[in-house]
Amino acid sequence: MESKFQGQDQTLLQQGYSGFAADWGSDQRVFKRVSWGKAMMWILLLSDTFVFACFLVAYMTARSSTTAEWPNASEVFALHIGGHNFPLLLIAIMTFVLISSSGTMAMAVNSAYRKARTPTALLMLATAALGAGFVGMQAFEWTKLISEGVRPWENPWGAEQFGASFFMITGFHGTHVTIGVIFLVIIARKVWRGDFDRDQRSWLSAGNGDYEGVEIMGLYWHFVDLVWVFIFAFFYLW
Amino acid sequence: MVDRGSDDRMQLPPREVADVMPPHAHSWIGRYVFSQDAKYIALQYSGTAVAIGLVALVLSWLMRLQLGFPGTFDFITAEAYYQFVTMHGMIMVIYLLTAIFLGGFGNYLIPLMVGARDMVFPFVNMLSYWVYLLAVLVLVASFFVPGGPTGAGWTLYPPQAVLSGTPGGAQSGIILMLVSLILFIIGFTMGGLNYAVTVLQARTRGMTMMRLPLTVWGIFTATVMALLAFPALFVACVMMLFDRLLGTSFFMPALVELGEKLSYGGGSPIAFQHLFWFFGHPEVYIVALPAFGIVSDLIAVHARKNIFGYRMMVWAIVIIGALSFIVWAHHMYVSGMHPWFGFFFATTTLIIAIPTAIKVYNWVLTLWQGDIHLTLPMLFALGFIVTFVNGGLTGLFLGNVVVDVPLSDTMFVVAHFHMVMGVAPIMVIFGAVYHWYPKITGRMLNEAMGQIHFWVTFIGAYAVFFPMHYVGLVGVPRRYFEIGEPEFLTAPVDGLNAFISSAALIVGAVQVLFLFNLYWSLRRGREAGGNPWRAASLEWQTPETPPRHGNWDALPDVYRWAYDYSVPGAPEDYIAQTDPWVSDGEDRRL
Repeated sequence: MESKFQGQDQTLLQQGYSGFAADWGSDQRVFKRVSWGKAMMWILLLSDTFVFACFLVAYMTARSSTTAEWPNASEVFALHIGGHNFPLLLIAIMTFVLISSSGTMAMAVNSAYRKARTPTALLMLATAALGAGFVGMQAFEWTKLISEGVRPWENPWGAEQFGASFFMITGFHGTHVTIGVIFLVIIARKVWRGDFDRDQRSWLSAGNGDYEGVEIMGLYWHFVDLVWVFIFAFFYLW
Repeated sequence: MVDRGSDDRMQLPPREVADVMPPHAHSWIGRYVFSQDAKYIALQYSGTAVAIGLVALVLSWLMRLQLGFPGTFDFITAEAYYQFVTMHGMIMVIYLLTAIFLGGFGNYLIPLMVGARDMVFPFVNMLSYWVYLLAVLVLVASFFVPGGPTGAGWTLYPPQAVLSGTPGGAQSGIILMLVSLILFIIGFTMGGLNYAVTVLQARTRGMTMMRLPLTVWGIFTATVMALLAFPALFVACVMMLFDRLLGTSFFMPALVELGEKLSYGGGSPIAFQHLFWFFGHPEVYIVALPAFGIVSDLIAVHARKNIFGYRMMVWAIVIIGALSFIVWAHHMYVSGMHPWFGFFFATTTLIIAIPTAIKVYNWVLTLWQGDIHLTLPMLFALGFIVTFVNGGLTGLFLGNVVVDVPLSDTMFVVAHFHMVMGVAPIMVIFGAVYHWYPKITGRMLNEAMGQIHFWVTFIGAYAVFFPMHYVGLVGVPRRYFEIGEPEFLTAPVDGLNAFISSAALIVGAVQVLFLFNLYWSLRRGREAGGNPWRAASLEWQTPETPPRHGNWDALPDVYRWAYDYSVPGAPEDYIAQTDPWVSDGEDRRL
C-alpha cells in the first residue's frame, strides 16, 4: 500500500515494470516516497528474517539429526482442564491474541493516516496490552514446562534438543515481542502528547508533522507476528 | 552506454528530500569523543581496527617464529601457538578488514561520494562504533583471563572449541570470543543499516545508481551481504554459547573426555559448520567487494581513463555478491558430503570465476593505453591485480572436490586465502589510504617512505606466500605447532620455513614505517590542495579540505558519471561530476 506520508512529495510515479526501472534508474531515492526511517526498518527486518530463518533451520537440523526420539508437541503442549486434555490449547490462545494484536495495530496505522490522535494512541495501547498478554502466557508456558522437568539440557520425554530449541526460539521471539511492547508504549505516549503533530524533530520523530513513526512501528509488529506463524507451524504443529 | 553530460540532462529533477543540516555538536566531547559525524566515526573505526590489527600482526610474527625456528622460543607453547593462530585469523578477518572497509571507508566515503551531508542516522552510526569498540575490548580481555583466549582456530569448530583440550575451551576464552562476535554483529548492523539506506535513499540531485563510483557499489553490496550473512554467525554464536554455558547439545554429539562420558549428546557439529560458512563465504566477498570497487576508482584516476565496462563492473559486483551465498559448502568438502552436493557447490564456486574474471579483464583494459601515473595508489592497485589473480587461480584448484581433498588442511590453503583475501585487500587498503589521505588531512603522504613501504610489502608478501604454496604441496599440514620430519613430506621444508619467517618479520616491520608516515605527514607532508589527483568523483569537489561537518555549502548537483577522464575537447583532462560541461561539437555519446 502506498504511504500516505511524505506530503511534500508531489511527483507522480509510473506504474508497473517501467516504473520499477524508472525508480531504480532515477537520482536521489530508489524507493520514492519512502522515508529514511521506513527504509531502515524494512532492511532491518530483512536482516532479522535471516536471523529467525537460521534459528529455525538450525532447530530442524537438530531435530532431524538427533538420535533420541522427539517429544510429541501436541501432548507436551496440552492443557489439562476439567479432566480433559486439550492439545495446544494455550498455544492456540496465544496465537489468537497475537494475530488479534496485528489487527489492532493495522487499525492504529489507519488512524495514524488520518492523524486521529486519540484513536491512534488507544489502539496502540490495545496492541501493547495484547502483546503483553502474549508474553505473559509465554511466561506461564515456560513455568509449566520447567515445573514438568524441561531444561535446556534435558527433558522427561526424549531428545534434549527439544528443550534447548524451545527455550532458545520462543525466548528469542518473546524478546522481540517484549521490545515491541516497550516501543508501542513509547510511541503511543508520543502520539498522545502530540509529538507527531509538531514540525519539530525529536527522538523517533522526523518532524514532518505526520504519524509515520506509528507505521514504522507497525512494520515491526506485523513482522513479529509473521515470525510467530512460522514458529507455530514448525515447532508446535510439526 | 557512457553517461556523458548532454543537454537533456542539464534539467535536474526537483529535490525530493528537504536539505537538512545535521545538528552540530557544541561540546568538545560531542565533537571528538561521541561524534556523530560519519567522517570522524570513520577515523575512530579505522584507528581501532588498525590498533587491534597490530596485535594480530604481532601474533603472526610469533607464529612464524615458531614455524621457522621450531624449538628456539621456549615461551611459545603448543597451546599458545593455537591461541595465536585463532586470534590472528579472527582479528584480521572480522575486526580489521570488515571493520576498516565498511566502518572506515564506508563511513568516510559514502556520504561524500553520493553527495549527502552525513549518514541518514548519525546517532545510530555513532552507537555502531561504540558497540564495535566494546566488541574489541571484550576480545582483548580474553587475552588476560585465566586460560587465555580461545585456541579453537578462527572457524571455532565444535565440539573441540568448547572442550578442555582446546585452550580457553573449558575456561572463559571461548565465551568472550563468542560474546565479542555477537557484539560486533550488533554494532555492524547499526552501521550497515546506515550505509545501505544512505546509498539507496540519500543521494543528491542527478546522482543515479549508475553514476555512483564503483567504490560505493562495492561497499554498498558488501553491506547488504553482511546484513544477510552475519545473522548466520550470530545464530551459530548464540547456540554455541548455550552449548558452553547452559549445557545444551546443539552442536555436541555424545563424547568421552579424559575417560569420562560428558553429558552432551545428539547434536550435530556439521550444523555449526553450515551456519559458520553460510556467513564465512560471503564474508570473503564482504572484504573483497569494497576492495574491487576502490581499486577500480584508483586505476581510473591514476591511469586518467574511464573505467572499462562500468555497467559490467556493477553487475559483476552484484552477481558475485549473490553467488557467494550458494557456495559455502566448498569449505566443507572434507567434512563429509553427498557427492551431488559436492558437485553442486563445486559448480557454483567455479561459476564465480566468470564475473571475477570480467572484473580483472576490465581493470587491465582500463590500464590499456591509459596515461598510467605510477603513483603510490597506482602501484598498490597494480600489486592488488597481480596478487588477486594469483590467489584466484589457486582458488580454482581448491574449488574442485577431487583437487581440494588432498590439498585441504595443508599450507597450500593458507597460502591461497592469504593471497586472495589477505594480501590483496590489504594492498587496496594501502592504496586507498595513499589516495584519500590528502582529502582526510589536506596533506600528501611522504613519497619516499611510501615507495619503500610498497616495494618491501609487495616483494615481501610474495616471498612469504609463494613458497608457502610449495610447502603445502609437499604435504605440510596447516595449524601444526611443530611438524618435525615426517616420512610423508616429499621434500624438506626447514630452509623454506626459515626463509618465509624472515620475510614475514621484514614485511611486518615495514608497516611501522607506514604508520610513522601517517603521523609524520600529518604536519610535514606537502600541502595537497582540494583535488591533488585531479579526480572527477564528488568527494574531491568539497568546498573545504578536509571536508567540514555537513560536507557541503549547498548540496552538489551531479551531471555525469565519476569517470570522465581524458575526454576529447574538454578544457581539462577530467570533468568533475558537478561540472555541467557539454561538448559543443558533435554528439559524442556512445
